[in-house]
This record gives sequence, structure tokens and C-alpha cells, in this order.
Amino acid sequence: MNIRTLSAAVFAATLLLAAAGCKKKVAASAPPPPPPKVEEPPPPPPKPQPPRIDTFAAEPATLERGQSSTLRWTVANATNMSIDQGVGAIQANGTRQVSPGNSTTYTLTASGSGGMDTRSVTVTVNAPPPPPPPKPKPTVTISSADMLSREAQDIYFDYDMSDLRADAVRSAMANAELLKRIFAQDPNFSVLIEGHCDERGSAEYNLGLGDRRATSLKDYYVQQGLPANRIRTISYGKERPQCTDANEACYQRNRRDHMSAGQ
Amino acid sequence: MKTRHIAVFSALAAVLVGAIVLGAQDARIEIIKGDRPVIAVADMHGSGAAQQYMDQFNKTLWDELDNTGQLRLAPKTSYPLEVPQQPSDFKPPALFSIWTRPPVGANYLAFGYTAVQDNQILLYGFFFNLGQPSVQSAQVFGNRYYGALSNDGAKKVAREFAADILRQLGIATLSGTKIYFASDRTGGSPIKEIWSMDYDGSNQKQLTRYGSSTSQPAVSADGKLFAFMTYAGGNPQIRIHTADTSRRQTFVNPVSSAVATPEFTPDGKNILFAATVDGWLQLMMAGIDGGGMRRISNVRAIEVSPRVNPKTGSDLLFISGRSGHQQLWRMNLDGTDREMLTTGEGDVANPSWSPDGHHIAFCWTRGYEPGNFNIFVMDIADRKYVQLTSNSGRNENPWWAPDGVHLVFSSMRGRVTQLYTMLADGTNVKQLTTQGNNIQPVWAKGIE
Repeated sequence: MNIRTLSAAVFAATLLLAAAGCKKKVAASAPPPPPPKVEEPPPPPPKPQPPRIDTFAAEPATLERGQSSTLRWTVANATNMSIDQGVGAIQANGTRQVSPGNSTTYTLTASGSGGMDTRSVTVTVNAPPPPPPPKPKPTVTISSADMLSREAQDIYFDYDMSDLRADAVRSAMANAELLKRIFAQDPNFSVLIEGHCDERGSAEYNLGLGDRRATSLKDYYVQQGLPANRIRTISYGKERPQCTDANEACYQRNRRDHMSAGQ
Repeated sequence: MKTRHIAVFSALAAVLVGAIVLGAQDARIEIIKGDRPVIAVADMHGSGAAQQYMDQFNKTLWDELDNTGQLRLAPKTSYPLEVPQQPSDFKPPALFSIWTRPPVGANYLAFGYTAVQDNQILLYGFFFNLGQPSVQSAQVFGNRYYGALSNDGAKKVAREFAADILRQLGIATLSGTKIYFASDRTGGSPIKEIWSMDYDGSNQKQLTRYGSSTSQPAVSADGKLFAFMTYAGGNPQIRIHTADTSRRQTFVNPVSSAVATPEFTPDGKNILFAATVDGWLQLMMAGIDGGGMRRISNVRAIEVSPRVNPKTGSDLLFISGRSGHQQLWRMNLDGTDREMLTTGEGDVANPSWSPDGHHIAFCWTRGYEPGNFNIFVMDIADRKYVQLTSNSGRNENPWWAPDGVHLVFSSMRGRVTQLYTMLADGTNVKQLTTQGNNIQPVWAKGIE
């Protein structure tokens, strides 16, 4: 029942009550004015629907560096849509391939007159696995002498000294392991330790000093279990310098033991 | 006439005479006498075919006398125009006065002439003491000398005449002595060979051809053998050659990673050297064929460069690291009575005895950075020493000349090392070599 129907009914009832009372009264009064006509209000505008991200996903969500993932989304009720991390503006439904270098969270922002919606998805990037170890070098292609010249470290000494410094012991230790490998793979191999000196001592004394330096390294190797009969020594004194500059850097380069293949 | 005397002055005397006082020690060792006699050596002429060799003759005579360092030769520009050729040329009353007065101011005069006789050059050589009142008393000697009619013959008679003059003055001649040394001129470092030359740098000859690092020559007292160290066989070893033909002699080296620094004993029967025993270079002695080897030192230190006292034959100098850095030591041949002669400062190397056993030359870095060696001379009796070189590069390998007043040594001035001689007071320095690098000179008497 609408307002107009209701008003007519009220008016009829009022009319009936007035006729019954008039029996007693002979003279009847004037009817009331009609109620003001009620203005009908305009209908309210329809309410706008809020934007809605229905889906936003990365497939796969976990990948290895260098691989790519597909972002997939569906969005409703939005007028502006974009994805950050450089993807930019997008359509309501779509996909985009991404190849992030590191784990990255992508955020989709959808906005419209009904509001805003955001949703994030993270693509996890794993570092690639370490490369496989190098293939073991086939022993036939590298001689023991090559191995020695590539891997053996020179041993350095202080002026007029022949004992092994701490850094020399570290180098000597590595050399001893190297020699163990070489001796094991090559039963005929022997090594020659050359003792060298800087130019400052006399030629005669330096012959003895180079001899000492070679001997102290040989003694160390023998202590490490290497066979003495496969290690020879020779002193070159100051006969074969690596450099001839008159400064400590050059002197140090020349105060050394060097190993070469014995005969 | 005593022309050589050795004196050590006190500090006071050194200051009074204005001598340079060297180092911390207030000492001065005088080996070269100050008041050297003045000798005039007139250019001689030859008759006939002899004249063409007189330039060689006059130069040789002058150099032989001048190189002794113990005479003052009056400069030829001061001589009178007319020079005597024979004793009868001196006439009284003037006699010698033109030679004894300034500008010549000579004490002695050498003169004479040459001629050809039997196709040989003949020298009449006269030597006059000008302090005498007559021709007869002034003549010290007048001799005849014969040689081939050639420049070599002229050189020979000049040397013989000079030797007679020096003998009269009591001055030892260096003529005929040889300097052995190691040179890299044929192969470049580290390839070295043993060479020899005359005392004045002439007549340089290659003696070894090993194509290896060969050095540290030593010469026997009779001059017939020389020893050295070489890498020709792999590790350093000693070899011995004959001096005349450089033929290799038998010498059996000990089994050792290094055998080096050979030295003959004065009697020529044994050889001393250093060889590695239990990881240390030690002093050893053996016969000259390597037999009868015995160890002289037994110490956990490097010991090299044994040098036997030429006078006693029973004690030796050597270089040892037993006190720390390399120092100069002395001991008896049986290893007893060891004593350090230097102060322990710096590094010391290359000891050499004077022929009379009274002095030692060596090189030392005392007062300088390591490697900056200079030549020093020490009086063995009181151990006072003087420094002979300074501000002239790196000076090593001093070796005493047979005349007792010269030293030969090596000096690195710039990038190369050459051999020089000097008087034992550090004066009269002369360069002997120019090719390659030249080291470790040993001054020997000629082959007897």
C-alpha cells in the first residue's frame, strides 16, 4: 500500500464517523482541505561497485636465477591498474613474464571510483647451484715437473738467515703435500732445492748461506715424512738473482728457496 | 837503503802529521814511506835499426819504475835538452848539477842507449847516484842487456834494466807477476771463466772454458798450479789446472753439496777449502789430489775463505758466521786458538795476507749499510785498522801484491765490476780491466 492509498482510506473513515454523529445534529460542517500533496523524492543514485583483484599469482613462484616466471591476474571494477617493480600499467586481465635477478615482491594496485585494492605476490629466486668440480686432470697430460713448477711455492728468508719464518712454514707445508702427491704418482721423480741469496753478502759466504737455506727446507720435508734420497740441494749463492735492483723488495725476492725437477 | 817501512802512529802523531784518521780507531798504518827518492829517466835513443823500438823501450822503462808506486819520477818536461848517453858525457865542473837542481831535482838518473849487435838489440844501461862527487863514485851500475830485435825484445831489456834499478833501491818489482781473476766477458752472468793478466792489466788471457759459473781462483806459491770453484759438474766443486797449459789435474772432491774457496798451503803440498758437512760449509784440508782429507772446523756456522799465513804456514785467516754475521777470524791449522779479529760490526769478507805476514787486507761493511763493502788493512800485531776506499762504489776482493805494497781489488762503480790496483795506503788507483765484469783477483808470482 502506498502513501496515496493510505491517505484515501484515512479520508473515507473520517467521512463515515462524521455521518453517524450528524444524526443528532441536523447541521453538518465543511470538509477539511486535502493534505498537501506530498512531493515524491528522486530515487538515490546507484551505489558504485569497489575495485576487486580476483587473482594475482606468479607461476612458478620459486625459480633459479636466469629463469622466468609468469605473473597472472584478473581484476574487476578498476579503472587504473599497475604492477610495480618496473612492470607498469596493465589491463584487467593479463599475464606478464618476469625474470627477476633476486627474490622480488610484485604488488598489483587496482583503483577505481569504488576504492582501491592491492595484492602482492613474491617470486623467490634461488642462486644457481655451484658449478661441478673440475674434471680431475688426467695424469698422463701433466708431468710431475710441470706440476712442481706450477704449484710449488718459493720459500723466502730474512737477511743472513736460513731458518723458516712462519710464512715460509705455511708454504713449505703446502709444498710437502704437493711433493707427496708427485712422489706417489711418479716413483722416479726427485726434486732439487735451489738456495739463493740477495746481492749484499760476499759471494763466498753467500754460497754457504744458500746451501743452508736449501738444507733447512730439505730438513723440514724430511721431518714431514718425505724421503731424503729424493731431495737434492744446490746453492747458487747470489749467482742467479731474480732481479738486480738495490732495494729491499728485490733483496727479498732473491732471498729464497726455489724447487725444480732433479735429474 | 830501507825503502819500505811499516809504522803505526798513535792518535796524537796522526793528528800532528795531519793524516786522515779513519773510523773509530785513532790509528794510522803506514806501509808506503813518505820521502820517496826522485829518479830521472831520460829518453834513450838507438843507433840504426834499434831506434824503431825505442818508443816501446822508453815507455816500458818508465812504467816499470812508476808502477812500483815507491819512486817519484821527475817529469820529462823538466829535463835538459841534451841528455847523457854514456858516463863520459858528464863533464866537470857542472857534472850532475843540471839534474840535481830544480826543476829536475833528481836523486838518481837512469840513462844509456841501444844499438844492434848480432841481430839483437843491445842496451847499455847506466844508473847513477847523483849525490856523489865524481862520475866514478856516482855510477851504481852500468850493464849490458840483450833482447830480440823487436818491440818484445825492447820491452824485455827495459824490464831487466828496471829490475836492476829497483833491486839497487830495495824495491820489489811487480814485473813478471800475474793476476788471476774471474770474468764473465765471454758468456755474461752467471757464466764466468778464470783469466790471467800481467800486473799492469796487459796480456789478458782466458784460462778455463767450462761455459759455467767458474770463479774463486787460487794460485800455488810456485805459480805452477791454480785452483778454482766451478758449477761445471752440477754442484759447486773445486778443480785444479796447470798454470802453463791449463791442463786439468786430478782432485777428488768430497761428497758434498758445495765445495768452494780453495787455497794452497805455502809449501804447495795441501789445499784448504770449504765443504758442506751436515748442512754447514766447514773448513777442510786435503792433499792437492784430494787425498787425506780432514776437517779443520766443526761448528754450526758457515765458514769460508781459509787463507794460510805465508810466513808461518801454521795459522790461517778465515770468514765465519759463528758470532752472527760474517766476521774475520784467525786460528791455527789444527783448529786451536780461534780468535775474532774484527769487531763484530757489519759483514767481513775476502781476507788476504801481506807477503810478510804482518798485515791483512779484507773488505768490510763497517759503518755502512749491508753490501757496501770497502777495503780495510789491519796490522795483525795490534789489530789497528784503516779504511782505504770510500765513496767509490762497492769494493771487495783485496789481494796483496808480491811486492807487499800494492793491492789489487774489485770495485763496482755503476753497474759493472772491474779490477783496480792501488798502493796499500789507498793512493795511486789504476784500473786494469774494462770488459764484462771482473772479480776475485789473486796476485801471484810468475811461474818460477
